[in-house]
Amino acid sequence: MEDATLQEGAPRWSDDQRAEFSLGTLVCVVVGLLLAMLVFVFREAWPSFSHNGLSWFGSGGGLVDKQITRIFQSGDYHGAGGYVYTFHAWPLIWSTILITAGAVAIAFVCSLFIAVFIVEFAPLPMQRVLQPVIRLLASVPSVIYGLLGVLVVVPFLNNHVITNSEKASVSPTISLSGYGLITAILILTVMISPVMVAVFADGLRAVPRNWIEGSWALGVNRWRSFWKVAVKTARPALVAGAVLATARGLGESVMLSMVSGGIGFAPKPWDGLIFLFEPSEPLASSILQYQDQRTSPPMESTLFAIAAVLLFSAVLLSLAGWAAKQPMKRYGVVA
Amino acid sequence: MTALSAAARPGDKSSAWRLSDRLGLAFAWALGLLFCALTVSIILYFLIEGLRYLSIHLLTTNPKAGFTESQTGGFLDPLLGTVILAAMSMAIALPAGIGVAVWLSEFARPRALARVAESTIEMLAGAPSVVLALFGLLLFQSPVLGFLSQTTQGVVLGLSFFAAASILSLIALPLVVANVREGLQAIPSHVREASYAVGKTKIATTRRVLLPAARPNVITGAMLGVGRVIGDTAVVLILLGTSLTFQSAGGFLGLLRGQGTALTSYIYNNAPSGELNQPQKAYAAAFVLIVIILALNLVVELAGRRARRMRWG
Repeated sequence: MEDATLQEGAPRWSDDQRAEFSLGTLVCVVVGLLLAMLVFVFREAWPSFSHNGLSWFGSGGGLVDKQITRIFQSGDYHGAGGYVYTFHAWPLIWSTILITAGAVAIAFVCSLFIAVFIVEFAPLPMQRVLQPVIRLLASVPSVIYGLLGVLVVVPFLNNHVITNSEKASVSPTISLSGYGLITAILILTVMISPVMVAVFADGLRAVPRNWIEGSWALGVNRWRSFWKVAVKTARPALVAGAVLATARGLGESVMLSMVSGGIGFAPKPWDGLIFLFEPSEPLASSILQYQDQRTSPPMESTLFAIAAVLLFSAVLLSLAGWAAKQPMKRYGVVA
Repeated sequence: MTALSAAARPGDKSSAWRLSDRLGLAFAWALGLLFCALTVSIILYFLIEGLRYLSIHLLTTNPKAGFTESQTGGFLDPLLGTVILAAMSMAIALPAGIGVAVWLSEFARPRALARVAESTIEMLAGAPSVVLALFGLLLFQSPVLGFLSQTTQGVVLGLSFFAAASILSLIALPLVVANVREGLQAIPSHVREASYAVGKTKIATTRRVLLPAARPNVITGAMLGVGRVIGDTAVVLILLGTSLTFQSAGGFLGLLRGQGTALTSYIYNNAPSGELNQPQKAYAAAFVLIVIILALNLVVELAGRRARRMRWG
């Protein structure tokens, strides 16, 4: 009886339809949540951007730390004097650019050679060791890398590399203690290389074997064949790997806040070699450093503005990484 | 397979190559060895330093405020916090990730939605975890979700295990989705067709045939997700608070609604760059964290071997 009434009413769904509907709903929820994230972060960030305009990205306005203090304190007296939003983030952006670009440049060369080695030239036992090693390197938490930097690299640079005269030459403005650009770049290189190696190796493996063998048949040696045929074919994968690693480097906050020095100072390339030891503070780690000041409304907006810049660049980069891989599909190489 | 016989090009000895090619090969060898040496030395460094400072006392006492490292207790609560976080966030990320992966690889019916979902997941994988953490703050400080954290004087704190675990599950989600999906796609279509031929529905096929066959990939995804969750620091620092021990409101649910601490934030605060600056404690906690990560890696490695042995066709 009941069955009949059910069938008369709404058409009964089969198991498949029900499953498809509920899974589809789940997917919609996840997608909706993430789109909501984009909207909410930008909405919270809006006051900071609208007050500063493009000068948000510019330099000037005094030390970043002083600007932050001013913004934070203006939130204490509600109404009186109004909120201060003035923020010029250039030192943070410059630091992010320097650290990320430096690490990606070094990691790109290293990862390319390692990927070529793993895919083509390493003897089998070496391959068996290297692959898990790279995977392990990728899974070490960033706080451990930071700890390594703070406990090993920083004291080493401070005691053995940076001379006292170098320290004295900049002592009125900043202190060189090993927390600085080069430490951040070196450790970030180790952190992002595994990502690159994985993407590069996938790309190189996808190159059809007979293309390389065709090159051998022409009498070209193995190194040159691989380099000229496989690496060239896998160029989209190289771009994709570099872009993904850049996104990873931009978003790295914990390790960088531990070793980069934590001072909103823009390192100056014309300082010569000292430049490499100068402390700075990238965008992502500044969020971590100032997040306990978010009780002040203008400060919260500033934090979200920094987050919005990071999110925007990360989204752009991951889309670019996806787009970069497409040409390989066109000529039938699926990475 | 030709890929295995990579060395097969008779008469091509590297000693006969041009100098630049030989240098290139040597450089590749050197970098490969350097990376192995680097990894081994990082792991060994933390294992050795950690063993020097680790004691059973540290694992069984809670952090306290104190002046010297002998007074400040151990890290029982941070360790438990890490376990709770991993369990809670995987309880969300694993079913959700499997669901999304199954939908993407088996149904994916409005093509447009599938494409949007795919790029959203990709975007999520690339989103910095600090940004996700700030978004979590926004989400969990709203009065609607106030019951998931504690409230003082009408202000929702938004800091709790619930908050941290849900955002961490977003971080683990792309890893689970990618791995499960890869596993499902590797199963050839004749397996599905065989199941349909004996009258199974699509969802029954997925549950009884496809997911069991993709189990190594599910395990890999889950373990990689756990590794990411355990290792994440930014979300924990922002969404779990920086208290020394659990701030429970009473009962197990009260514990989950309260602020807490985890191993990563403990290490962060105890590093010389942090607020507490107790390197010995940081070494010991890092030791525990690395051992957990090594164990997870071992599981991933074994699951990967299993998957390779079970390869179709």
